[in-house]
Amino acid sequence: MQVSMTVNGDEVTREIEGRLLLVHFLRDHLGLTGTHWGCDTSNCRTCVVWMDGEPVKSCTVLAAMAGGHEIRTVEDLEQDSVLDPVQQGFIQCHGLQCGFCTPGMMMTARALLDRSPDPSEHEIREAISGQICRCTGYATIVRSIQWAAAHEAAAGAEAEVPDAVVTAGSAS
Amino acid sequence: MTTTENRPAQVFENNDLKPVGHGRMLRKEDPRFVRGKGHYIDDIQLPGMLHMAILRSPVAHARIVSIDTTAAEAHPKVKAVVTGAALAEQGLAWMPTLSNDVQAVLATDKVRFQGQEVAFVVAEDRYAARDALELINVEYDILDPVVDARHALHPSAPVIRDDLEGKSDNHCFDWETGDEAATEAVFAAADVVVSQDMVYPRVHPAPMETCGAVADYERIDGKLTLWSTTQAPHAHRTLYAIVAGLPEHKIRVISPDLGGGFGNKVPIYPGYVCAIVASIVTGKPVKWVEDRSENLVSTGFARDYIMRGEIAATKEGKILAIRTNVLADHGAFNGTAAPVKYPAGFFGVFTGSYDLEAAYAKMTAVYTNKAPGGVAYACSFRITEAVYLVERIVDCLAYELKMDPVALRIKNFIQPEQFPYATKTGWVYDSGNYEPTMRLAMKIAGYDELRREQAEKRERGEVMGIGVSFFTEAVGAGPRKDMDILGLGMADGCELRIHPTGKAVVRLSVQSQGQGHETTFAQIVAEEIGIPPADIEVVHGDTDNTPFGLGTYGSRSTPVSGAAAALVARKVRDKARIIASGMLEVSVADLEWQKGSFHVKGDPTKSVTIQDIAMRAHGAGDLPEGIEGGLEAQICYNPENLTYPFGAYICVVDIDPGTAKVTVRRFVAVDDCGTRINPMIIEGQVHGGLTDGVGMALMEMIAFDEDGNCLSSSLMDYLIPTALEVPDWETGFTVTPSPHHPIGAKGVGESATVGSPPAIVNAIVDALKPFGIRHADMPLTPSRVWDAMQGRPTPSF
Repeated sequence: MQVSMTVNGDEVTREIEGRLLLVHFLRDHLGLTGTHWGCDTSNCRTCVVWMDGEPVKSCTVLAAMAGGHEIRTVEDLEQDSVLDPVQQGFIQCHGLQCGFCTPGMMMTARALLDRSPDPSEHEIREAISGQICRCTGYATIVRSIQWAAAHEAAAGAEAEVPDAVVTAGSAS
Repeated sequence: MTTTENRPAQVFENNDLKPVGHGRMLRKEDPRFVRGKGHYIDDIQLPGMLHMAILRSPVAHARIVSIDTTAAEAHPKVKAVVTGAALAEQGLAWMPTLSNDVQAVLATDKVRFQGQEVAFVVAEDRYAARDALELINVEYDILDPVVDARHALHPSAPVIRDDLEGKSDNHCFDWETGDEAATEAVFAAADVVVSQDMVYPRVHPAPMETCGAVADYERIDGKLTLWSTTQAPHAHRTLYAIVAGLPEHKIRVISPDLGGGFGNKVPIYPGYVCAIVASIVTGKPVKWVEDRSENLVSTGFARDYIMRGEIAATKEGKILAIRTNVLADHGAFNGTAAPVKYPAGFFGVFTGSYDLEAAYAKMTAVYTNKAPGGVAYACSFRITEAVYLVERIVDCLAYELKMDPVALRIKNFIQPEQFPYATKTGWVYDSGNYEPTMRLAMKIAGYDELRREQAEKRERGEVMGIGVSFFTEAVGAGPRKDMDILGLGMADGCELRIHPTGKAVVRLSVQSQGQGHETTFAQIVAEEIGIPPADIEVVHGDTDNTPFGLGTYGSRSTPVSGAAAALVARKVRDKARIIASGMLEVSVADLEWQKGSFHVKGDPTKSVTIQDIAMRAHGAGDLPEGIEGGLEAQICYNPENLTYPFGAYICVVDIDPGTAKVTVRRFVAVDDCGTRINPMIIEGQVHGGLTDGVGMALMEMIAFDEDGNCLSSSLMDYLIPTALEVPDWETGFTVTPSPHHPIGAKGVGESATVGSPPAIVNAIVDALKPFGIRHADMPLTPSRVWDAMQGRPTPSF
């Protein structure tokens, strides 16, 4: 069957099997490998993308069901070579280690901040509570999202974070 | 030096005071990860690549009567179907494990655990490969399984490993350490003896990325390139050469970005071997990636020790001896990845942080119809089990003596002047200063205040507990004379090359799974050679482009490769000094190094930078006599001893008396990992390990039913902590440098996983003291805690 959708602002049309999962469509057919797959049972949320502005688990959506909808993935967070504050926050506050759950975490975080610009720590923990991270212990992810919220409140997105910033004693 | 980085409620002074090499530097790898540009195994796409899927046994123990692959082979998208019989014709049906046992690549005679590999299919896409698995018809003759390790050695137990010649029982190995007679003598004369049975259940590292491989065998030049999820690419390459008979120089193992490892990615799995065979058979690149169930039911698990701990002491609380008897469940094949002379890993450090008169451990390991493995999940080669044993039994002693558990520990600590300290089981602790670390944790936690709060709450019928653990780890395996894996000595290489313009590349034999090696190792080299970390590229995870070494597990990257990186930089600096002496026309002895440049003693204006020297080393001008061009060096670092990080952990729990739900309200972790390189990364490592501890203590367990069916085969059934189950961690640190490590660093990657489970269990048991509870087994789910509150002991499984 043929499916058409908007992915990160681009119209795409592909011939697919009806049973193809959205996560495999994005990864294998469009080469958007930033979205990861982590479980078979819809429990880990590593695969979170946006459909029409709402976070969804792309392992639980058929590509065919996404037809006619707008999909947004981690590859779209950076705009005009400027990282999203959420991306900057994750760098600044050590919100990632292996990086595997990170795209899904950031997509959820972006959605949270869009609807609740100044979330409490508990709100943040609740928002990411469906997502599993095996590396960080979550505290630094919470701080990363708080960092993004604070910086958006202060001045909107700041300048792009250079690829390797050397800081001294910047305990956030 | 005693400082803390506790946050956010309390911020102490001297935060991150002078760590090595640029300190709290942001990670160099993060810009690609936050953009979704990490490059993991399943991101690899090669032209013409085929996909492999593995058919697994649905039962725990059965004889294979027949396998019919006709229908699968007829599937239009299928390129190959391979069974154990086909592998046997090539002599590839069995492979050695990392513990000198053998393991079936594909089952030929019997299946020995649920999830065991039986056949594989190669097809044009991953969906078709899965479809074809359904078309394979296997007839099984079901056998009785051995599920409970305690029944494995019963004369009536079915023999699992009848593939081993003359094998008539399920005995795997026996092991002992310490002095049995001396320990018995101390126990016989002691005022107080406390004994406690405890189970460390089978758990699983479950990294977010499952295991997988992409094999690409080039028929023309006979070169195999294998991308695989491995923490030890060099060791894997050598073993493939030995197993498959492929010439080692024709094998290139690449470990791409790993989505977590935690020991799960140390063993060689049948799937990797199958992917290689699949590529050889089809002449195409072949990808295999496990699904989550395959990862949970078939790959390297952890723990599964049934332990009896015994402790002897004076009535005043001086601990005299510790003794333990362990029954170890190794599953169907001994797939433990431990140094050959250490079949129980480093469990011998069960004497903990205490000065004892005697100690003895005896272990019996058995085969059961469960998945193979045993050393994984950040366990530091079984130190997790050892620390749990000692820290639980010490708490049991405190319970019986009615002593405060902290006071009991402090009374028995090995004293600073006793280091290096030889334990009664033959380990030489390189350094330690335990009491200040314990006291710092008490200060951060407000220990006395917590005890007052607890007393008040008990008056009101509230259930609150405070748990303490103090651990000493042994990390950084070798030295090579004592430690090897299948004959490969545990040492690690490092190469440093300074380019003409003064930029550098450092090549490592270890491989990051998220620990931030690209940053930490750049920092170590930067500190030694004076080039900014941003100008140092770290290359790892590719056997064609890095020196040989045994890889990343058991927290050995910083103790072993970190030492290698520092020493190789010093070697380059030595050569740079000679070149500088020529440039400045003074003798070598007249030069002084100041990070990044040499200057003439007494005249700082006469100096050359390392960048100047690099250009000179590659330039057309004369070099001092006998000095070759170029500025690079390579070494292979053979550690003198392990490093012995330690830490003091305090956990505060609240238990709902109505539902028995445990809430970890606070957790204070004070770690001493010697010299600190990047405090931000260290803190992250600790946080992650603490979360593992919450998982193991409260919810994680790989459980089986009586037929050997794995009941924890998905993340619906194998529970992992989320952001709502863990508190905001409070961390602090002390610094006791390792005396034998070039920069004084020790490992830290597993400290918190090792140290936190006993702190949490001790807290829960402490909370349940009014209910007369002295011990309860993990995982302390609400139902188990509820049972304990009703006076019912927890089941062992």
